[in-house]
Amino acid sequence: MKNRMIAFIAAGILVVGSLTGCGNTADTQAPANDTPTESTPAAEKTPAAEASADLSGSISMSGSTSMEKLANAVAESFMAKYPGVTVTAEFTGSSAGIESVLAGSVDIGNSSRNLKDEEKSSGAVENIVAIDGIAVVVDPANTLADLTQDQLISIYKGETKNWSELGGADQAIVVVGREAGSGTRGAFEELLGIEDTCAYANELDSTGAVMAKVASTPGAIGYVSLDVIDDSVIAVKLDGVEPTEENIKAGSYALSRPFVMATNGEISAQKPEVQELFHFLASDEGKQLVKSVGLITVD
Amino acid sequence: MCVPLYPEGKLQKFRPGVPGPEFLVNTKGKFSMNSIIANRKSKSLVEKTAEIIFTVCAFFAVLAVLSITVYMFLNGTPALVKVGITDILFGTVWKPASADPSYGILFVILTSIVGTTLAILLGVPIGVLTAVFLAETAPKSIARLVKPAIELLAGIPSVIYGLLGILLLCPAMYKLEQKIFAGSQTHQFTGGANLISAVIVLAIMILPTVINISESALRSIPVSLKAASLAMGASKIQTIFKVLIPAAKSGIVTAIVLGVGRAIGEAMAISLVSGSSVNTPLPFNSVRFLTTAIVSEMGYAADLHRQVLFTIGLVLFVFIMIINLTLTRILKGGAKND
Repeated sequence: MKNRMIAFIAAGILVVGSLTGCGNTADTQAPANDTPTESTPAAEKTPAAEASADLSGSISMSGSTSMEKLANAVAESFMAKYPGVTVTAEFTGSSAGIESVLAGSVDIGNSSRNLKDEEKSSGAVENIVAIDGIAVVVDPANTLADLTQDQLISIYKGETKNWSELGGADQAIVVVGREAGSGTRGAFEELLGIEDTCAYANELDSTGAVMAKVASTPGAIGYVSLDVIDDSVIAVKLDGVEPTEENIKAGSYALSRPFVMATNGEISAQKPEVQELFHFLASDEGKQLVKSVGLITVD
Repeated sequence: MCVPLYPEGKLQKFRPGVPGPEFLVNTKGKFSMNSIIANRKSKSLVEKTAEIIFTVCAFFAVLAVLSITVYMFLNGTPALVKVGITDILFGTVWKPASADPSYGILFVILTSIVGTTLAILLGVPIGVLTAVFLAETAPKSIARLVKPAIELLAGIPSVIYGLLGILLLCPAMYKLEQKIFAGSQTHQFTGGANLISAVIVLAIMILPTVINISESALRSIPVSLKAASLAMGASKIQTIFKVLIPAAKSGIVTAIVLGVGRAIGEAMAISLVSGSSVNTPLPFNSVRFLTTAIVSEMGYAADLHRQVLFTIGLVLFVFIMIINLTLTRILKGGAKND
């Protein structure tokens, strides 16, 4: 809920920002003869954007439900920047999305996993636009700061019920998770291969609620998006790897997955509006957008 | 209200509070009775307009109830058909987002029933006894303290109850849980967010309703009953339990039914303290109520999952309807007794 609100607000800010940005360039262009020095940096560095300001057409994407937030945010701000372009997004699942893009029925196939070899050999190109990272958090009094994936799985399946079994204090484990349908929960269970076998003691409906519950309950364990970690909880190491952006980018932290916007053929072979969408995602504005929906940017 | 300003006899000539044009004009100066009854024609116009306005307003409520009913049934029934009535209502596995989804809400329904019943069992005795205290035994100074407290209790937003539940109730409950289930290999620890916490919060939330209605029921008992009982040599306590409470029975039952209605419809407070996992409604289990089932998953639910949430809404709606019909029946029965 909270994440979604943040996404909305962020999208709103971006829309407003881009609108005012347009306003500025128009203003500064009109009296350009008098005050050439006043032209905004935005106007200076986007000759390409100027050129494609009259860009028109439509972009269709379909695929991963986990990428709904990102796809909608991208669609909204891209359409705000290029009013002539319509971006539509459907959420059918990663595999269905890639099938659609290969079949040519959509321009971009969203996938929240790496492409399979046979998909790549059929012509799909893996454009990773963001990385989703999940941190496992425990309450601040917990002495155990390192878990293996197997331990984590056994905790979430309800097989391990006390921290002492894992070498911690004699303290019952309170398993906290998200509600069914949550993208974080979907990703967490999928990455650990424990879909529908989790035994949650608390199913909370927001990231903030999970953080609060874990912070205030001795023995609690929960999972949240990486970007919300703060001092109220401990983010545990997984197989000895700390959940940091660097480790996730390096691929050594297990609880992460790429968000792929697959195209049929290289980006340069796509129609201009699709190319521009990828330019937009690679720009600072696009990176800001990726961060605003709680994801990690790719360099 | 300006009603007490006028002698009753004159007021009855027209309906008090009619917002006719002349009334509005005159609010600037002092009210004058003459201006209203000065002209027969304008008076009847005012009366007619007012009646039309009243009728329209009354139909807003009817329209709202009708559209809610139609909407709930339209949105709640498709999933019943798609999943199967028995699979939804009597299924025990709630896995709406899995690859092979299962939408059994039996535990959710049971939780709502058990939770509400326990809250009533806990809240009603306290409420009725408070009402007895206020109506019969309280010294004025203490009544002056208790009464506003109850009124305040009624006005506190439910989310505040939930927050207090998280801060005070859950930690205490967790300690209790750790003591009771120390060394247990089978119990799943919930950190204090369990059925009991939810029941306690609900019981506190229904208190104001139960107290206020019971108290007015007790106060409306004819003094002669009490006087007769006392004159027969019964003690004050005997009078309260053998005469007054039986005499106020229909009022107290109304209080209970309204309490049930409030408890079963509450979502915000208990979503914070109940743990929200679908489990059998045992005291120390994390549980999910009908209301919290909708609230917690509406955000990301799609397709059939979303439709099933509407079905849960429909089940809740039917429950509330049954409660209200019961209430109407009781009130009618009470009226006959009088």
